[in-house]
Amino acid sequence: MSTAYQIIVCAGIVPDPLQTLEPVASPTGPALKNEMMLPAVLDPWAGHALYEAANLAKNTPGSKVWLVSLGPKAKLQQVMMTVAQRVPFELIALDGPASGFTEAAEVAAALAEAIQTIPGLDKSKLLVFGGWESASRGAGATMQMVGERLGIVDQFQGVDQGNLPEPKNNPQVGMTNMRTVMPALQKAKPTKLAGEGLTFASVTLPKQMRETKIVKDKSADDIAKEIVEWIKK
Amino acid sequence: MVTLAEPKPAVSLQTLPGDDVRQIMWRFADRYELQMLMQGARAVARGPVARLVAAGGRNSHDWTPEKNTLLQHYDDSGITAAFLEPEYGGFIAGPKNLALALVAFELAWVDAGAATGSLASNLGLAPIHERGTPEQRAKYVGGAVPVKPGEDRKQIRAAFALTEPIPFVGVETGMLAGRVRIAEWKDGSEPLLHVDKRGRFITNMGFANVVTAAVESDDAKIKGSCMVILEEGDPGIWDRGTPTKKLVHQLSSTNDPVFNLKVPASRIVGGYTVKDGVIIPNYSHSEIIEAVFRRTRVTVGLMTSAKLLSAVEPIMLYHRRRFRGGQGAPGTPRYELGIQQKEDALHRLVDIWATGEASSSLGFEAARMFDVLDPLEQEKDRIFAEKKLTGRAATKELAKAQDEALKLINAHQPIENPLARFAQLDSLAGVLCPACKLWNTGHGANMMREAVSLMGGYGVTEDCPGFLGQKWMDAQLEATYEGPEAVQRLQLSITMTSELFLTQFKQWIAEMKRISSERPGTGACALGTAMKLWLWTLQHVQTATDADGAKLYHKSRQGVTFPLADALCWLLAARQFILDTIELETKGAENPALADGLAGTVAFFTDLCHVQAARAAGEVGRIATEIGHGYNRHPAWDDASCHACYCAEELTNLEGVIPGIDGSARAYSDVTENGEAHARKAGPCVKCTGLEPFVALRAKLDTCITGCRLAKDRAAESLTKVMTREALDYPA
Repeated sequence: MSTAYQIIVCAGIVPDPLQTLEPVASPTGPALKNEMMLPAVLDPWAGHALYEAANLAKNTPGSKVWLVSLGPKAKLQQVMMTVAQRVPFELIALDGPASGFTEAAEVAAALAEAIQTIPGLDKSKLLVFGGWESASRGAGATMQMVGERLGIVDQFQGVDQGNLPEPKNNPQVGMTNMRTVMPALQKAKPTKLAGEGLTFASVTLPKQMRETKIVKDKSADDIAKEIVEWIKK
Repeated sequence: MVTLAEPKPAVSLQTLPGDDVRQIMWRFADRYELQMLMQGARAVARGPVARLVAAGGRNSHDWTPEKNTLLQHYDDSGITAAFLEPEYGGFIAGPKNLALALVAFELAWVDAGAATGSLASNLGLAPIHERGTPEQRAKYVGGAVPVKPGEDRKQIRAAFALTEPIPFVGVETGMLAGRVRIAEWKDGSEPLLHVDKRGRFITNMGFANVVTAAVESDDAKIKGSCMVILEEGDPGIWDRGTPTKKLVHQLSSTNDPVFNLKVPASRIVGGYTVKDGVIIPNYSHSEIIEAVFRRTRVTVGLMTSAKLLSAVEPIMLYHRRRFRGGQGAPGTPRYELGIQQKEDALHRLVDIWATGEASSSLGFEAARMFDVLDPLEQEKDRIFAEKKLTGRAATKELAKAQDEALKLINAHQPIENPLARFAQLDSLAGVLCPACKLWNTGHGANMMREAVSLMGGYGVTEDCPGFLGQKWMDAQLEATYEGPEAVQRLQLSITMTSELFLTQFKQWIAEMKRISSERPGTGACALGTAMKLWLWTLQHVQTATDADGAKLYHKSRQGVTFPLADALCWLLAARQFILDTIELETKGAENPALADGLAGTVAFFTDLCHVQAARAAGEVGRIATEIGHGYNRHPAWDDASCHACYCAEELTNLEGVIPGIDGSARAYSDVTENGEAHARKAGPCVKCTGLEPFVALRAKLDTCITGCRLAKDRAAESLTKVMTREALDYPA
């Protein structure tokens, strides 16, 4: 019996973490100032999921990875110029809002629907990976609901092993991926999120606390211990 | 009735221009392979390269293990393979000038030494790539592909050794410091060559295992000069020499090597034939380097452009935060704007930014032009080979093509004949390439000094965000290597007078005037007038003589030719920036990601265009005036001129007879006041006979720049409002 997997990675795009993020009120609800103009990256957590998936596929002959992403397709295209050079995958693009100010259930429904339309999908071989959405301002509930909608009720919600290095850039992989990425972007299904029943009482940036200490001669273990103690305080 | 243009609704720059904006302006929005390459190069630049600079990696002349790790990063990211054809393991098909320009730009955003190091391998291979035999290409270009897992071969890392004679030994640059002679030539077998070459300032020599070296024959059995391929391991001396004690570009390896090697004649780049017992190389060294340098110089010009644009954000962050932590509370202008409260700081940053944009526009246009020119040149070579045209016959055929191009350009008709199209683009490339290398680096270095000064004392420390101090120093090398400024000016002084170029230039003047009527805020009006003034001056000096009757436009009269070459560069850069901004306005609307901010970005760039056009007009006006008037002798108070003066008393008496003569005579002539021999000045006022059109154009130019300072004020205000990042995306 073949052990090949069909691995679906759900990944959102988020503004570059170095950007100044400023919540503003827009006619359609809360938004980030100039979000469409800011450079975007793949949600780092989803990125980890993608690299784990690619690693599993590489070590399991016959496996394949799909990347399913909901976002404005022009922004998705920019992000693909970096991500597509990392690992082999096929993109399923949904042209819609990437904003975190969306209803997780609606996003999950759109993603699940897109997954179910993948030709030749075999649920006996299906693995669904995703990120925890912390960077995309999501509720952290999307992946569970995607799983439920796909009939996956036994879910493992955890973190990766954390020891997988970020894959090296590989332009040849990029060129291969682009053969399917560009057509996928061109035929990206317009996806509207109604946002029914969704209201935001208030939107604020997380409070930052910075305590800077310059240390040059401590081991990584000591530093880790100190950070844990600081968090417990 | 004349009305003043209504100010447009206030739209302002919202965010710093991102990749979407650049892809449109620099015309690679539809080329994802270039977009990927740019991202790959950026990751290397802002990752390992920046970390190495921040860790003090530049503080050594040697090729250290830390610097050596960058080679692997270039390989992994696709930078190394970007130069190669797909058949040899590359991933970009077709001409690669724009691709390599983007790589150089991205690397130089952080450190131009890294850019030089990565590109020098390409330079080493370029002679083989451009003129090598199929076997040479397969072996050396194919061998430069990064080693894949499981492969057992040593990757080729190349260096290019032209010449750089040691100073003060009586050798002029241009003479080759290398010799080749026959070491052994047995009947029926391939000759063995003895190559004796000393290189100076040879990039990559700390690690290169293949060198393409320019050598001159020292043997009656070898004709002329050629380039030969040297390999580490060839019998004889392969001495890498000592590292050059550079103050700049320390992330590239530079040594003064010595080679004394025996190599087979098959290593002559492009092959050879044997006639009457003499080896005749298929290409002389100068034919090869001409093909190589005219392309690689553009990328050098873009390195300095990248530095200028990379300086904008660190300066803005520094200025805004300068007083935080002090007495000003959040929300106060002092806290929020810091040094940006001062107009001078803003205006100077506007100048830096405008220069960076204009020089980038010029450089990328030149790179794109070579991408179009390359296949046309190959086609020209094919046609000439097919018709067996060489030497004078080839020149004659090209002259015919130039005439055809000229006629079609004048008739505003498309050029379809590949030879004529080649001639047209070649005339432009012959100007744009040296212009980009000269102006981007030379003026760019001056503006980098300005950037450093805007950081105060911080600017000249190693801690300066964005490594601005190092970039300033590096810019001086970029102005020097691959042909210093004098070489570029000399080339321009020849190419800018070609009829084919000037015919197109005249059409550009009309183009600027048309643009100015549609987009008055761009400064295209002032630029068009400045272009007219430049052209008038060039045509004037080509026939005029100085006060002593000596010709003004002459190869040896660099006081005339070189400044006019400089002036042209200002015009070309400002023009291309205007065209790129129009491209953004036109095509940007098609990109939904830009919808929110496009109007503000275009408005800001339009103001920058105006600033740059006015600055260019000012430079052209200054240079043209010095040349137009400067070679005429100022009239003195001699008998003849004194005789031509009116006396004040005489005018008073004549006023009764000719009313108004007193005022008009003073306006048009010199008047000697009562009791004085003549007015207290150098001599009578200059009449400018024959220069009337020039004087009128100059006066017009001054008024054409009306509004440029309003544009600068608007651009400056935008700098106080635009969103920036919380921190740079690379360490400092």
